[in-house]
Parts: sequence; structure tokens; C-alpha cells
Amino acid sequence: MSENRQVTFSVWRGNHQSGGFENYHTEISEGMVVLDAVHQIQAESAPDLACRWNCKAGKCGSCSAEVNGKPKLMCMTRIDTIDTSKPVTIEPMRSFPSVRDLVTDVSWNYRVKESIKPFKPRKPDAEDGTWRMDQADVERVQEFRKCIECFLCQDVCHVLREHHKHGEFAGPRHFVYQAALDMHPLDEEERLAQVKDENGIGYCNITKCCTKVCPEHITITDNAIIPLKERVNDEFYDPLTKLFKIFRAKRKADRHD
Amino acid sequence: MPDENFHLPQRGFGNTQRTDKWWIQPLVVFCVLSGFGVYATWAAFQGEHYFSHANGEHYLSPFYSPLLYGEAGSPYWIGEGVPGWWPSFLPFSPAMLILIGPGLMRFTCYYYRGAYYKAFWMDPVSCGVGEPRKGYRGENSFPLIMQNVHRYVFYPAAAFVMVLLYDGYKSLWFLDDQGVSHFGIGVGSVVLIMNALLLGGYTFGCHCARHQIGGYLNSLRGRPIRSKCYGCVSALNSRHMYWAWVSLVWVGLTDLYVRLLSMGYITDLRITF
Repeated sequence: MSENRQVTFSVWRGNHQSGGFENYHTEISEGMVVLDAVHQIQAESAPDLACRWNCKAGKCGSCSAEVNGKPKLMCMTRIDTIDTSKPVTIEPMRSFPSVRDLVTDVSWNYRVKESIKPFKPRKPDAEDGTWRMDQADVERVQEFRKCIECFLCQDVCHVLREHHKHGEFAGPRHFVYQAALDMHPLDEEERLAQVKDENGIGYCNITKCCTKVCPEHITITDNAIIPLKERVNDEFYDPLTKLFKIFRAKRKADRHD
Repeated sequence: MPDENFHLPQRGFGNTQRTDKWWIQPLVVFCVLSGFGVYATWAAFQGEHYFSHANGEHYLSPFYSPLLYGEAGSPYWIGEGVPGWWPSFLPFSPAMLILIGPGLMRFTCYYYRGAYYKAFWMDPVSCGVGEPRKGYRGENSFPLIMQNVHRYVFYPAAAFVMVLLYDGYKSLWFLDDQGVSHFGIGVGSVVLIMNALLLGGYTFGCHCARHQIGGYLNSLRGRPIRSKCYGCVSALNSRHMYWAWVSLVWVGLTDLYVRLLSMGYITDLRITF
């Protein structure tokens, strides 16, 4: 068993317009996660340090932050997995405004989600108002339902982080949401125009940063964004598909079988 | 969609708190892709030593296959020498008629796009690292919106794989001194067949193939064959990056092997029956 040791944490203090890193020293024992260290710093030397957290089990998505520049859930980042020979930086997510210290205002994401066309199921298959679906068809969208809305994917996406296109680009989290709806075997809403025009899926240049940071290991780029891009391609960019509208209409009907 | 300006600070190029060696991966991608591009261009302009047959083998470089126009003694499909319609002021090599197909397949491939946007455009250079340019249009407008042509280059690329498989089959037959064909296996046969299989794994595991085979459907109920195919393509697709790199390196090495053999620098080990 390793001994306790002193580690320096460089924590962001302030908001997104002004502030800076401040160093705090605290004793680290085996098994601690970054969130434990933040709580210890609050208890020992910075009681006014703002930090959002809830479940400490990687399921609420509250404690998202950047540890040594990488988007992480603080409660799931063990300190023995990071280099502590130099000060460990902890800062708020950079794609959203910091309210104070490590707390960011992520409410923009909720407003974007509200603007997305909701689930619109076809008529029930049976007289008792129920539907019939194959397990395999449902499994495809189950992956997307694992999302805990930690918004780490939104944080690392350079379209939001570096280019601040919050008005034109919905971000990977919302493409996962759109994919879950559009690929659902019961859904019959036409949402691809919204994906293309309002949500700006064309801005995604598939660098897969979102997939790398997802704590739920959702294959965001390959299973959600690229299939949506292909569907948008079917609908808006593929002249042959446009030419064969009759066949496409039949295919759409098949999709909603 | 809510349009909000949070007045977030603009970060400079390379600005990051990351402490790992984030620059290694884009640097490796830059070097490998550049190296392959330089070698493939050089090999394409050579116009010779693409077919090895001096010792009875039938090894054709994948850079030149299908060989539409070729030199005397080579297994060309249409004619010998330079096609009549080729502009006289341009140098000609049979590879020039071929490489545009696989080249476009790779250029518009979803995986490579992400990789070279990072390594060459630095957009972003790595995840969570500041970028050199403030403006950004992505694939939302011209010219990068043209990447959507990927589905159209997939079909010729799939046909190329079939031709390369045929080349692999032909490489299993060796002529003896009397001109009689014998079945056998040489190192070149293994190299060529592996090349076709690796390119097949890459091509048939692409995101476009996955979409066409079943991804566009919300339900595969009542379509057992399509469902199986979708599962197979999805399995290949989950390792698309590995297929992309291994097939890229292997196709270059295959050309190099045939070239060195044709030039007489190496000897092909083989067993004939």
C-alpha cells in the first residue's frame, strides 16, 4: 500500500471573464479521486471554492471539469492515474461560461434540447395501444440512452470550445439525442432538416474528441454523428437518391415498419 | 436553436493545460500520410517495374491494377502503351488512371478526414488544444461540403478490391520453362492476397458501406440477410482506423515488393506443386 503524500493542485478561481489558477497543497491517500481532493481543499484551505457535485458515482454528470487539460468527471478520476509530480490543474469546462470557480452554466444545453423535435411514435401496433419492436432494433438506440448529460463531449468539441458556434451548432450531446430519436424503430418524425440547418451537423469535422472523453463510452462519432451525416446526405446531397424519390418513399415506409 | 454569445475568451494556438505529449499523434499521422503520398506519387510516375514475371510469377503492383494500358508483356486490359486520347504534353503512367479511385476513397473517408484535419489543418491539432485560426466553416459549406461525395467513390473502390483479389488469385499460378502453369505459393502471393484482404477490410468496413447495407433503416425486422451483413460491416467498422492504417502501409509495401522483385534486387521464395 502506498503512503500518503502531499500533492499540489492548481485550481481555477474566478469566472470565465476574469480569474486565475491558485495553488493548494493537500495530502493524498490511496484510492482518492480528484473530487475527494477538491473537497479536502474546501475543508482545509478554501471553504469558498465553488464546485458542483452530487452522486460521486459517475452517473449524475455534475462534477465535469478539466483535469490537466482533459475533460473528466472529477468523481471518476483517480489521482493515481494522473501525474502528480507537477501541480495538477483543475479548471471548469471551457465551452460554457464559468459561474464561479469550477461551476459552469450549462443551461444552454437544456434550451437546445427543448428546441429538438420530440419523439413521435407511429400508431400503436395492437388494439391495446402497444407496439412491437425487435430487440436488435432497440439495442441500436440503447447505447445513446446511456448519456448522463455531463457535457464533457460538448466541452471538448472544438466547434463550441474554440469557435463558439453556440448559435449554429448543437454539439455532440444533441446529435446523440437526435440519433436516439431518429433511429428509433417507432419514431416517424422528420427531423433531418433540423439536424442539418438548425443544429449544423456539417460543422462537425469528425475528429472524435467527443468519443474519447465520454465517461459512458458511447461511440458518439461512429454510431451517432456519422450515421446522421449519412442520413442528411441521403436527404439533401445525394442526387441519385433524389432522382429515385419513388423508391425512397418506399424505403421510408420500410423504415417505419 | 438558442443563439447565445457567452463572450468566452479566445485561446491562442497551442494553448492547453494538457500535460501529456498530445503532439505525437498528429505528428505521426502527418509523417505517415506525407511519406505515403510522396512514395505513391513517385511510384505512379515511374511507369515501369510494376509487373514482375521474369521467373514465371504473375505479380502486379496494386498501384497499377487494373492495368488498363500497359507495356508489352504486361497483363493490360485495353491496349499497349499510351492511350491515343492522352494529351501528348502530359507524361503518362498507367497508375494515373487508377490511383484517383483509391485516392479519393481515402481522402473522403470519415476516419482519414478526422485524422488529416488534425494533422494537416490543425483544426484542431489535438483535442482540447488551441487552434491557429479563428474562422471555421467545417463541412457545412464549400469546399469541404464536397466530402459528401464519399458514397460515390465507395463503389469504384469496392470494384478495385475485387480486381485485387483476382490479382491475388493470379499470383498463385507460376509458369515453368515450358510455359506450363503450376499452382504454387510465393512470398509475393501472400503479399498480394494480404493486400486485397486488408483493402477489403478497410473498404467494406467504411461508414458509407455500413449506411448503405442497413444503417439507413430503423428496423431490420424481417431482413435476416441484411441484418447479418449489417452486423459484419459494423464489426469491421468498429476497427476502421486499424484497417485504414494497416491497409495503407501494406499497399505501399506491396508495390515496393513487386518493384524490387521486378528490378532484380530481391528473389521471391516460393513453393510450386
